[in-house]
Parts: sequence; structure tokens; C-alpha cells
Amino acid sequence: MIEIRHLGKTFQTSAGDIVALDDINLTIADGEIFGIIGLSGAGKSTLVRCINLLERPTAGDVIINGKSMMSLPEKELLQMRRSIGMIFQNFNLLEQRTVLGNVCFPLEISGVGKKEAKAKALELLKIVGLEERTRAYPSQLSGGQKQRVAIARALATDPQYLLCDEATSALDPNTTRQILDLLKSINRDLGVTIIVITHEMKVIDRICDSVAVIDASHIAEVGKVSEVFTAPKTQIARDLIIPKESNIISTTGGRKLRLTFDGEEKTREPLISRMVLECGAPVNILFADTRIYDNVVHGHMVIELPNELHEAEKIMYWLSSNNVKWKEEI
Amino acid sequence: MLSSMFYKLWANGLIQMGIWETVYMTMIASFFSYLFGLPLGVILTVTDKNGICENRAVNSILGFAVNFFRSIPFIILMVAMLPVAKFVVGTSLGNKAVIVMLIIGASPYVARMVESSIKEVDAGVIEAAQAMGANKLQIICKVLLPEAKPSLIIGAAISIVTILSYSAMAATLGGTGLGQIAIIYGHQRNNSDITWICVFLTVIIVQIIQMAGTAIAQKTDKRIRNK
Ligand SMILES: Nc1ncnc2c1ncn2[C@@H]1O[C@H](COP(=O)(O)OP(=O)(O)OP(=O)(O)O)[C@@H](O)[C@H]1O
Ligand SMILES: [Mg+2]
Repeated sequence: MIEIRHLGKTFQTSAGDIVALDDINLTIADGEIFGIIGLSGAGKSTLVRCINLLERPTAGDVIINGKSMMSLPEKELLQMRRSIGMIFQNFNLLEQRTVLGNVCFPLEISGVGKKEAKAKALELLKIVGLEERTRAYPSQLSGGQKQRVAIARALATDPQYLLCDEATSALDPNTTRQILDLLKSINRDLGVTIIVITHEMKVIDRICDSVAVIDASHIAEVGKVSEVFTAPKTQIARDLIIPKESNIISTTGGRKLRLTFDGEEKTREPLISRMVLECGAPVNILFADTRIYDNVVHGHMVIELPNELHEAEKIMYWLSSNNVKWKEEI
Repeated sequence: MLSSMFYKLWANGLIQMGIWETVYMTMIASFFSYLFGLPLGVILTVTDKNGICENRAVNSILGFAVNFFRSIPFIILMVAMLPVAKFVVGTSLGNKAVIVMLIIGASPYVARMVESSIKEVDAGVIEAAQAMGANKLQIICKVLLPEAKPSLIIGAAISIVTILSYSAMAATLGGTGLGQIAIIYGHQRNNSDITWICVFLTVIIVQIIQMAGTAIAQKTDKRIRNK
């Protein structure tokens, strides 16, 4: 278990103090995939770097398996870091080493014999699906392949935790999905607790159990993904979860309504088509973002009403009498 | 075309000897300059701001010393270092003394070369090694130096060429080699062809060093695709 207690980090720069983190409190249970989402500059990277003390907090402590990281002597800290793997947005592979050499690296520095290290590395490269490319150099790999090498390397010392700082931000959507699925299977099959830092909602959505929303150095909201995503309590969470509507283009110039589905039975039936049939009036679906948690649909939809006033009112009346939550979009 | 002096020198093996002495002095001096300069460069890098062993005091003292020696023209440094050479090798004359002076002059230069090469190593890679629990020595030996290797080799070629040019200057203080031949037989006895031959031979040696450095660096660098 990772307990982050009253963690604070202030950077002292020539331009003055920068508070990157302020009184952060989080508990990450063993076995889960814990997401931390926030906008650029919110303090995500600083937070994750404080967990393995790559960055020394200026307040508070991180307690891992009951041990206070801040009070560990240098040697034990290095030992502890070997049980916390880490992967990065830019992969950070050793460019002058082969794929195999990279995965052997953490084993080498922890004193494992050459032969044993190689066997372990090959086993891990198989798990990440790169057993064919062991002799390639990082410059000969694609981004997705590089991240796979980084994952294998991070797992080499059999860590209990894996920290991922924007691990998929440099990858295309397809590769992102593959890497996320790989992380999920590592969590499931190897029992590694994973902490995922991201600014992308879809990453949290795809693999995380719990999520913390970080905003301007503070934790704004924390909870199960299904809870936070379906009923965000803070504006920042809403902003992150509900995509910006700037790209919603109206077609007929009619009034726009946002419908919110938050897990009621209604969503399981073909609601929109019933509405259109019963009202005898067409609507345009401008935007829809719904997903299923615990077999119930959650999400949002923006529809455009007909220009005809009478038809529009009929639809609004129908929605209200069918207990669909709606709000006019301006 | 060539003066009789050239044939005489050649027949006596003086020119061949000059080539050998230049190469030999350069190699010995380069070896020792790296022996001192490489660790110095590493220390300068790791103690610098945001380095893995950040240490203001050590960094500024070493940095000052290096800058001090680097700012003195080599010809003046040589004269100033005569007593040191005498102390180290027992004489302030001849090639032994020249080699000592070359080492004193070149080590700070090498240190800066090494420093700039190591600074090219991506901070993210160092961070990854730290996250894996690597200690400082491991980061230096297994990350900084190997990752900087191609750049270090290019730097070495440049440093060796500089040392070679210093060694030619050392002829003014009794060092032997092509520089001495150019001064004594070329300049002082007014045989400009000898001077030019020495220039030509030096250029050839420099070219060989430079080309070898580039070739080795390219061969070791794994960042280049399709190899
Ligand atoms: N070494 C540093 N010195 C000074 N300020 C820093 C340093 N590192 C981070 N900061 C500041 O701390 C704040 C949080 O930075 P951090 O990198 O944690 O943000 P982030 O949430 O990871 O952003 P991004 O999504 O862009 O990576 C920023 O205002 C940043 O400028
Ligand atoms: Mg970041």
C-alpha cells in the first residue's frame, strides 16, 4: 500500500517559490490501477516523482508498505526503488544498448549474474511481445515498441509497483490502446499495482479502478472511476471528463439540449428513437459520449431540436415526463 | 625542387624520426591528459547544478582552476610550468619536460571536452536509472560514459589534434619532432621547403586522427538507424 500524507513540494527558483504540490493525501491500495488525471502543470509529474523520491518533497511523507520513504537512508532508498518500476512519456531507454541490454540493466545494477539476468530479460520481453527484437537498438524501434521495452525493463526487478508518467502520451490511439491493455494484463497476471499519470480521460476510463483529479497542486476529487466519472463533484473533474464542446457544430441552428444519463434504467432502452417516434419530430444528435459501468449507461449527449417551436417544446416536454435530465446548452 | 638539405635529413632518418617523435609525444600526452581530464570532466558534470552529486563548492573551485589554465596561451603556460616539469621529471629540458607541460596544458581542455560530451546525455535516461535504484557510481559508469561514448570519441580526436599542435609549439622549448625540424632546419636555416614539408606531414597526421575518430565514433554509435 502507498500512503501519501500531507505531501507538499515547493520549488525555489530565482523567480520566486513555485508551489507544485500542496497537502496531497492519497491512499493507493495494493492490486489496483490508480489513475491521476490533471491538466498540464497541475503537478502530476512532480507527484509521481515524489513517490519514489526522485523529487524530494518539501513537506509530508510517502509511506510504502508501512515504511516512511523520507526517513530511509540512501542505501535502503535505492533498494526500495528497485521494488517500484517506472516508465516515462519519452521511454528513456539507453540508446547505446540493445533491447536485451536495456532490460538487463536494472538487474545488472542490483548485482544479478549475467546469465540469470539474460534469462529473466528474455522472459519479460516475451511478455511484452518483443522476443523477436532482442538485438535491436532503441533507434530501430517504433514508439510503441520502445514503451514495451521500457515496461519490460521496469518489470525486471519484479517490482510491486509500477509508476507510469504519461506513458502513452507520445503514442497514437491504436498503440495507446495496446500499451494500456498490456498494462492491464500486467496488473491482472503479475499482481503489480499500477499508478497511471495522464491528462487523457480515455486512459483512466480504459484501465483504472480509482482516480484522483489533481488541479493546481491540490487533489480536487478522488474515488472509484465509475463514481467520479458519472457524478463529478468539481468543475475541474467535469471539464476533464466531459470533452470540450467547441467542436460541436450545429446544423440547423436550432436549440441545443444536453441530456445526462447517470445510471437510471431508462438508458437501457432505445430512448432517442422512442422519443423521435412518439413526438413525431426529428432531432440531430450533435455529440454523444456514453459508456457502460456495471451494466448501466452513463454519459452525455447533445441533441439539436427542430427549428419548429411547437416540435421543440414537444420534445422537451417528452424528456421531462420521461425523467431524462436535460439542460439547454447555450 | 627540394633543397639538398631535405635529402640529407631524409637520408639521416631525421624526418622519419620527427614524425615518430611528434606522434609518440602526442600519444603519451593524450593518454595522460585523459587519465586526469576524464575524471575531472566527470566531476565537473556531476557536481554541476542539477547534476547527480550537485556540489557548488567543488564545482566552482574545479571550474575556476580549469578556466584559469585554459585562459593562458599554451606558449606562456609552458614557460611558467618549467619548474613543475623540473619537479616531476627532474629536468626542464627535452621531451620528458615537454610531455609534462603538454599534460598540464591539455588536461583542463580535455576536462571541458568530456564535460560537454556527458552533458549531452538525456536527463530522462539518468532519471530512469535513478528510478531503478542505480547508485551514483553506477550512473557514471553504466549510463553517462557509455551513452556519451560516440561524442567522447569525437571529442578525443579534437583533443588529440590540439595536443599535437601544442607539441609542435613545444619545439621552442627544446621539444623534438616535426615542430623542431621546421624551426631549426626550415626557419633558422632558411629552407622554406623543409618548413612546408613539416606542415604537410602535420596536416596528414591531423587528417588521419580526425578521420579515425569520426569513423570509430560512427561505428560505435547505435543511434543511427539501419545499421
Ligand atoms: N524543477 C522544477 N523547478 C521549478 N519548477 C518546477 C520544476 N518542476 C516542475 N515545476 C513546476 O511545478 C508545476 C507542476 O509541474 P509538473 O511537471 O508536475 O506538471 P504536470 O502536471 O506533470 O504537467 P504536464 O502535464 O505538462 O507534464 C509547474 O508549474 C512547473 O512549472
Ligand atoms: Mg508531467
